This record gives sequence, C-alpha cells and structure tokens, in this order.
Amino acid sequence: MRTSPKLLLAALMIFGVSLSAQSPTYHLGRTPTPDELKAWDISIGPAGKELPPGHGTAKDGAELFINKGCVACHGRNGEGGKAPTLIVPKGASTAPGKANPEMDMGIQAPGLMAVSSPFATVMWDYIHRGMPLGREGSLTADEAYSLTAFLLYKNDVIKEDDVLDAQSLPKIKMPNAAAYTEHPEWKHGTPRLANYP
Amino acid sequence: MESKKPSRRKFLASGAAVAGAAAVAARSASGQTPGLVPVPTSEAGKKAIKEMVAYGDRSKFVTYVREPADGRPSPDAFGLTFHVVTPLGESVGSITPSSLHYVAAHRGFYVPEIDPKEHKLMVHGMVDRPLIFTMDELKRLPSVTRVHFLECIGNRSTARRNTVAQTHGMTSCSEWTGVLLSTLLKEAGVQSGASWIVSEGGEEVKGASSVPLSKAMDDCLVAWGQNGEPVRPQQGFPLRLIVPGFEGIYQTKYLRRVKVVDRYYMTYNDYGHLQKDPRTIALTEQIGPKSVITRPAGGQQMAGPGYYEITGLAWSGGGAVRRVEVSTDGGKMWKEAELRTPTYRMAHTRFALPWTWDGKQCEIMSRCTDDVGTVQPSRAQVAKFWNEPLTPNFQVKGADNTIQVWRIMSDGSVHNANFS
Repeated sequence: MRTSPKLLLAALMIFGVSLSAQSPTYHLGRTPTPDELKAWDISIGPAGKELPPGHGTAKDGAELFINKGCVACHGRNGEGGKAPTLIVPKGASTAPGKANPEMDMGIQAPGLMAVSSPFATVMWDYIHRGMPLGREGSLTADEAYSLTAFLLYKNDVIKEDDVLDAQSLPKIKMPNAAAYTEHPEWKHGTPRLANYP
Repeated sequence: MESKKPSRRKFLASGAAVAGAAAVAARSASGQTPGLVPVPTSEAGKKAIKEMVAYGDRSKFVTYVREPADGRPSPDAFGLTFHVVTPLGESVGSITPSSLHYVAAHRGFYVPEIDPKEHKLMVHGMVDRPLIFTMDELKRLPSVTRVHFLECIGNRSTARRNTVAQTHGMTSCSEWTGVLLSTLLKEAGVQSGASWIVSEGGEEVKGASSVPLSKAMDDCLVAWGQNGEPVRPQQGFPLRLIVPGFEGIYQTKYLRRVKVVDRYYMTYNDYGHLQKDPRTIALTEQIGPKSVITRPAGGQQMAGPGYYEITGLAWSGGGAVRRVEVSTDGGKMWKEAELRTPTYRMAHTRFALPWTWDGKQCEIMSRCTDDVGTVQPSRAQVAKFWNEPLTPNFQVKGADNTIQVWRIMSDGSVHNANFS
C-alpha cells in the first residue's frame, strides 16, 4: 500500500525527522543490481574513474581503424570522408573554428576532439558509446583504448608506442587543456550574462 | 434540448468528413431537409467516418509541413536525420502541433522504437539510494503539466534564410506532462558534494549532456506526455528530459539514465559547448529573451494596403514574457503589443498589434522583455558589446536572441532585412 505524502510528513514531524535528510517519500522504483549499474554506466568523466580495465596502442588502433570500417566514413587517413574529419592534415590550422558556417553552434571543428577537447576521456567515451555507426556499443575496452591511441598519435598528442589504459588515459596532456574556462554557475531567475545587452 | 441534437450531429460530421462538407452543401441546396446530414457514400467520406474513430487527420486543404534546415538533406548520406524546422509562418496560438515540432540532433540520429513496457530510467551516481524506475512507476509519482518551448542553439537568422521557418523554425512549444526531476533525485537522496548531473538517452549513440544540479533541482521535468498524449517518438518517446529555457541539446530524448556527479562531465554533446571565453559559455546555455513576427514575415506576400494584425511569438529562457513591443518604422517608434496567450515561464507567448499598412516600403520588428527584466537586443547592440563592427558577417556568439527585422516592399513582398 502507498503511504500518503501528508501522512508521511505528519509522521516525520512527530518523530522529529528532518525532511532535508531526503528520506524517500514514495518508495517506488527498485535498487539496481551491481551488474546493472556496471552495464548501464557508460559515462567516463574527466578523472577517468569509470574507465574499465584494458589497454591499447596506436599500432593496434591503426589496424582497427581499417578492420572496424572507420575508413569507410571518415576516410583512409581520417579525413576526406563523408563523416567528420578525425585527423588534422599536417600543417593545417588546429585553431577552433567552424567547419560549416551554416551550423555555427559554438562547436569546434566537428570531430577534431584530439586537438580541441581538454580531456582525452571524452574521446574514449564517445568512441565506446557511439561508434561504429550502426554497431554502437560493440567495441571492447581494448579496442576503444587502441582507437583513442591511434587518433591521439596521428594528431601528434602521444607517441606511437604509448600504451593507453585506465591510468594513463586521464593523464594525457591535451593540446587545448588550458584553453578553456570553467562553466559559470547557473542561478534561477538571473540574466544569462551581466551587462549583456 | 431536443432541438440541439441535429446541429450537434451536423457539427461533428462536417468537422471530420473531409469531402463531406461539399456534399452536404450540394444536397441541402437540392432540397433536402436542412440540418439533416446524409451518410457519406464516397470513398473519401468512408475514410472520414473511419478516421473519426481512429487518429484524426487535418483537412486536406491544410498542407504546410516541416522542412529540412537550410535544405540540408535529412535523412543524409548515412540515413541520419538532422535539423528539421517548424513552419512558424503558419503558427497559430502558442502550442506547436506535435507533428510539426522541430527535430534536431547533434550527430544525427535514427528514431528508435522503444517499447515503453521495457523502458526504464536509472538514477544513480552520488546518491544514497540508486533507483531504477519503470514507466508505470514514473506515472504513479506526482505529475506536473507545464508549457515550455524548446530551441536549438543553431536557431538564428542568416543572410541565406528568408522565411520565418528558416530563421526561427528551430523552436517549438508544447504542453509537457511528467514528474519533476527533483522528485526522483529526492527519492534517490543526492549526496553532498554533488554539483552536476549527466542525462543520457537510449538511442543508438546514447547522447548525454551535463546539466547543473541547481537547474536539475529547480524545474527540470522528466516528461512522458506531450500535448495531451504520449511524447512523440521524434521527441523522445517514451521519456524526455525537459530542461526549461536551456538550449535544445540539454533536452535529452529517450531518457534512460541520470547520473549525479561532482563536476562538469564533458560528454560529446558538452564538448561542442566548450569556449575559451566564459562570457560565450554563459550565452550558450540559457536562451535569452527573444521574439519574432510570424505574420507578416519573410517570404509572405501582403494582399495590398489596409488593415492587418501583426502577430508573432515571444519567449525567454530566463522566465515569462513580460512585454512585447513592435516597431513598424525601422525601430524609431515602439508600440506595446497585446499578449494573446497566458505568459507561462519559458514558454512561447503569442503577441499581436493592430496595424494599417499604407502600401509604402517599411521595416517591422518586435522586441521582448522577460520578467527578469532583460530586453531582447538588436544586432547593433550585441556587436557593440563585443567591440566588433556591425557588418552582415557579424555573428552573434552563443544563442542568438537578436531582433529580427522584416522589410515589406511596396509590391507587398516581405524579406529578411537583418543583413541588408
């Protein structure tokens, strides 16, 4: 039977329990099993706490880039395909900019995470959750480490024989790591930006 | 009472019978008893009867639809859907029909077929009690119904966009029903030190966004209803996170997971927001006060000099619309427009101003003030803020909420005058 919120509130007041302790009110939903938590939680934060065991190098990644079909959409050298460029051609500017002027959404050149993302973890996260197209989520941890290593190596961020794993990946110093500022705090009922017209 | 029956029956029948109306008129004229409606016998009439029971269609005489943004093929070479805009020039009132709601996707996406009986939402991370909810359990929780607009940050006027669908069609407004995210977070018990959540969808790419915990606890809605029915598949069926007033990418479709975390989590979606200038970051999150005249608007044709009602939509990511002003002389004089729909927070509001066009070339525009007190700026004001020259190439940083100017030519044609 469901307990009425009012009754519960009265009970809480009688027994002197504070609501701020955030006790459950409705007792709906169930506790996930450890396996469910592990399987569902595919978020990899900048600290890399959630990174699974495994490892990979750029050499393994180069083979996977062909064998997993990445080349079909992203081009043989990670550029020139129908899908976003992943590897900056030598000598080309790596400055953040618009790849498509009609879609100025404050986006850095789409796909160029290796040179514009402040953390390498987002590359692992996105390759692992979102690639390859149509077979998303099918890559093993080793494959995700290897492909991340391959793209970082081809963009001159790491060396070819650097081994990426849960410990080394979050420590990679990304070229644009220092070029970004923190997100400002959001407050209810305030303008977006002080003094903005 | 008796006398009401035939007229009611007539109303119902003629309202649904697409081809029936003409038939009724013809038979009435041929001498049949007025008020009695014959049973339609044409194929169109039979379809109309069937449809009166099934999911109703609009009149075959109403044909406007959505269109791909900037004519970009959608689906594209990979079969992915990108940005599709709402035909705002035809908009009525403040609610966008679900069938005409804009569609946008960061990477492009396939609409997944999710069985609501199988769908679950997990709330976990920095909480005392991680929880998994079924759809039935979510619907048992206290629900709220709120009107909110959504808007893509790419919704902006450009020199190549001439109609109001093209310049502003990546915003739509719905009545959303669901459970407050704060209700779910309180059930799970947010731990101290938490400052952000990551919301994640169940489509193939599992699109995820970081949302400030302050916003998550304020007014975010885990919606299962849209405009009186389940959320549409293109809009996230069976469950969508609504982050009122924030740009579209935060409104996670096919919501399957909410993780409470202690920092900005830098998902693939977030990565697109990164800027070097903290001022630009502030302008990419929440939508500023904004309005646009939807009639007369670019691409439309005036019938000639005489009386018109200038009408449009106003909204703000910061709160409710407090007032809308309209200028018909290029911004020299402003008149207060009438607000024709309720002014809900973070919702489209319909405004109107009576006007007599003298047939001469003129420029019309609207500007909105929200209840935070922020006023919609002109492109000139924004260029001045950034110390940049106001040229047609000047691009407003972050979400563009600048005033839209329409030029009415003496031949009655209406054009985008923002860039010329």
